[in-house]
Amino acid sequence: MAVTIRLQSENFDAAAEAAALTGGRTDIGAVVTFTGICRGAEDGEPIRALTLEHYPGMAEAEIARHVEQANARWPLIGVTVIHRHGRIAPGENIVLVVTASSHREAAFAAASFLMDYLKTRAPFWKQVERASGSAWVEAKAADDAAAERWVKPAGREAAE
Amino acid sequence: MKLVYFAWVRERVGKAEEEIVPPASVTTVAELMRWLGQRGEEYAHAFDNPRVIRAAIDKSHVRPDTAISGAREIAFFPPMTGG
Repeated sequence: MAVTIRLQSENFDAAAEAAALTGGRTDIGAVVTFTGICRGAEDGEPIRALTLEHYPGMAEAEIARHVEQANARWPLIGVTVIHRHGRIAPGENIVLVVTASSHREAAFAAASFLMDYLKTRAPFWKQVERASGSAWVEAKAADDAAAERWVKPAGREAAE
Repeated sequence: MKLVYFAWVRERVGKAEEEIVPPASVTTVAELMRWLGQRGEEYAHAFDNPRVIRAAIDKSHVRPDTAISGAREIAFFPPMTGG
């Protein structure tokens, strides 16, 4: 499996990253590209920016561990994960997950799995900056529930 | 051992990292949080609700009942909000 994991402060080009993963190969039949983007408003209130703090070293290791888990669960050919840190303005990219496989089911499922785990297990923290001041984003129960759904008893993989 | 703090835990403690030598009676992550909470006002504020604080030992997630012996770096942080 071709794996690229990058943490960076600068923006990225999702289309270029997907092309880099698939370029020159004929074994890939499906590519899923997910891009998380900074919204300009949260709960109806405009925001100026998000600032993402991360735990250097652990963030890369956690992402790599979950990419390995995805590779063990689905027949993947390639995975690219890019997560930005620092100040991100509305409309800019935050995170990229690209999964490539022979068939679409594996690519869709692995991309969804990786995003759910990035939200709840990768050591990043978002601070939202508004005209009224800055506040740390609280973890959402819905995100925990989304990650939980991938924890299933052994032997049910075939159902996916 | 080295302690590192992130997000609002870092802001409340007032520093990003520090070296500490906890007493021998402090053997688990939960006990370490309790001990840290008694080190002063900032620490009491940071650790007043240890149930919402997550921990990592040497860059791996751990549960509160994990032993701290042999740890080089212990991190404390709020629930993660990446992605």
